[in-house]
Amino acid sequence: MTGTGAALAVDDIWKSFGHLDVLQGINLEVAEHEVIALIGASGSGKSTLLRCINLIEPVDAGRILIKGEEITAKGVNVDRIRRRIGIVFQSFNLFPHMRVIDNVTLGPRKVLGRPAADAERAAVALLERFGLADKAREYPDRLSGGQQQRVAIVRALAMEPDLLLLDEVTSALDPELVAEVLNVIRELAAGGMTMLIATHEMGFARDIASRVCFLDGGQILEQGSPRQMFAEPREARTRQFLNRIIEAGRL
Amino acid sequence: MNPDGASPATRVSERPMRATRGPRFGLGAEGGRALLIAAVSTVVVFGVLAFVAVNSTGWPLFQEKFLNGPVFWEALPKVLGKFWINVQLFLIAEVLILVVGLLLAVLRSLPGPVFFPVRLLATLYVDLFRAVPGILVIFMLGFGIPALRIPGVPKDQFFWAVVSLTLLYSAYVSEVYRAGIESIHPSQTAAARSLGLSHAQTLRYVVVPQAVRRVIPPLLNDFIGLQKDTVLVSFLGVVEIFNEAGILESARFNFTPYLATALVFVVVTLPLARLTDVLLQREKDGRAASGGSRTAAAMRRVSQPLP
Repeated sequence: MTGTGAALAVDDIWKSFGHLDVLQGINLEVAEHEVIALIGASGSGKSTLLRCINLIEPVDAGRILIKGEEITAKGVNVDRIRRRIGIVFQSFNLFPHMRVIDNVTLGPRKVLGRPAADAERAAVALLERFGLADKAREYPDRLSGGQQQRVAIVRALAMEPDLLLLDEVTSALDPELVAEVLNVIRELAAGGMTMLIATHEMGFARDIASRVCFLDGGQILEQGSPRQMFAEPREARTRQFLNRIIEAGRL
Repeated sequence: MNPDGASPATRVSERPMRATRGPRFGLGAEGGRALLIAAVSTVVVFGVLAFVAVNSTGWPLFQEKFLNGPVFWEALPKVLGKFWINVQLFLIAEVLILVVGLLLAVLRSLPGPVFFPVRLLATLYVDLFRAVPGILVIFMLGFGIPALRIPGVPKDQFFWAVVSLTLLYSAYVSEVYRAGIESIHPSQTAAARSLGLSHAQTLRYVVVPQAVRRVIPPLLNDFIGLQKDTVLVSFLGVVEIFNEAGILESARFNFTPYLATALVFVVVTLPLARLTDVLLQREKDGRAASGGSRTAAAMRRVSQPLP
C-alpha cells in the first residue's frame, strides 16, 4: 500500500531499542489534508513512530515516503527532508536563550536562507494569527506553558511544512491551558494542514481527526473514522483501552 | 530598571530570591548575636597569630627584610611598570585560549565514527597538556623551538610565552566548555535538527550559546589562574613583574619587592573573584526560583549587565 501521491506513506517499518521492539510492522497511508489521530497506551509506539517519520530515529526496516519520495533511502539529505516535516514536542523544546521572535525565525533564516526582515514579517503575522503578537520580544520562560507550546507550533509552521507531527503536545500542560493549544490545532486542521497527532485527548481526537489509529504492541491494531472507532470498535483491545479511558473520565 | 521590561508579576517572584542572598561568609541569619560572636572570634584568632609572630626571635630581621616600608614604596612603581607585560600576556593569551579551547571542545563532541581520529587527537592533546607541568612546557617551547633555528620561526621569548600559556590553558578551558556543551539537554538538539538545521548550525546557534552562558563562572576561575601563571614566563628571561621583583631583591638583598608584587596580583584578582561569586550566586538564585525552565532564567540573568 504505497501510493506514490500520498502525503505520507509508511511501509512496514520496524524499530527496536535493544531488546525492546517498539514498532513491529507499521503500515499507514496519509492523504493530503488528512488529520490522523494516533491513540494507544503509553509505550505503544506513538512517539517513536513520529520520531521515525521525522528521521530523529532511524528505522531498522521498512520505508517511509513523502509524496512518493523515499526519505529512508540511503544517502538522502536528512536536513532537506526535515525542512518539509514539522514536529512539535510534548516538552515544547523552545530555545531558552532566544526571544520568541528569534525562535520562530531561526529556521527560515538559517535553513531556508530568507532575509531577516522577511522572516520576521512572516513570523509576526503567524504570531498574530495565534494571539501571540505581544509575546514576540519575550524570552520563553516568561510565557505560560500554553503560550510556549503555541510558540513551538508557530516555530514549526514558519518552515511551511508539508506535514506536521504533534507528539502529545498537551500532555505537559496544566488542564486549564490545554484548550488554547487544542484550538490552535483545530484551526490548522480547518486550514487543511496534513497532520499526525499522537494524543491522549480522546474528545479532541474524536472532534478533529479524519481518521483514528489505535496502536497496540507496535502495530496499528485498528483504524477507522472517529465515529466508528469510538462508538463501535471492532477489536477487543481497542474496546478495553477506550473503557479504561472512559473510567478515567477522559472521554 | 529591568532590561527585559518584565511584568510586575515576574518582578514580585524574584523578590524572595534576593532575601536568600543575604548571608555572607557563612554567617547565619541569626543577626546581631552571630555578628558579635564572629567579630570576637576573628579578633582573638588574628590577635594570637600576630602576637606569636611579633614576639618571635626573628621578628626584627623579618620586618627589615620582608616588611620594609621604604623599600616597598621604592619597589611598587617599578614592579607596577613591569606588570604591564603580564597584563599583555594574559590578555592576548586569554583571547586565544577562549578560541582554541572552544574549538577543541567542539572537535571532541563531533558525532559518528568518521570523526574518531579527530576526537582521539583532541583527547590526546587535552590529556597531554593537563598532565605536563606548565613550567616544563614553557621551558621546552621557549628554549627548545628557538634553538632549532628554523628560518622564519620567531625567537622572541614573549611570543613563545603566549604560545605556551595558550597551549596549556586551552586544555583546561576546553574541558570547561565540553562540560557546558554536554549539559545542554538532547531535546534542544532534537528541536534544532527537526527544523532542518545541520549539526554545525545546531552547535553554532543553539548548543554553544547556551553552553557558554552556563560556564562563564568556571571560565572566569581559569582566567584568574592564568593571570597568576603569567609569572612562570619569567623563567624564559622575559622581564615582567616577577623578574623585576627578583632584580630589586638581589640589588638590596631585601624581599619586600615580592610583597609589592603579591599585592598587585591580589588587587587585580579580587574583582574577578567577586564577579565569579556574584555570577554563581545568580545562577543559584535562578535555580531556586520556582516554575518554568529555571536554568534558562539563571542563564539569562548571568548574561545581563551587572547592576
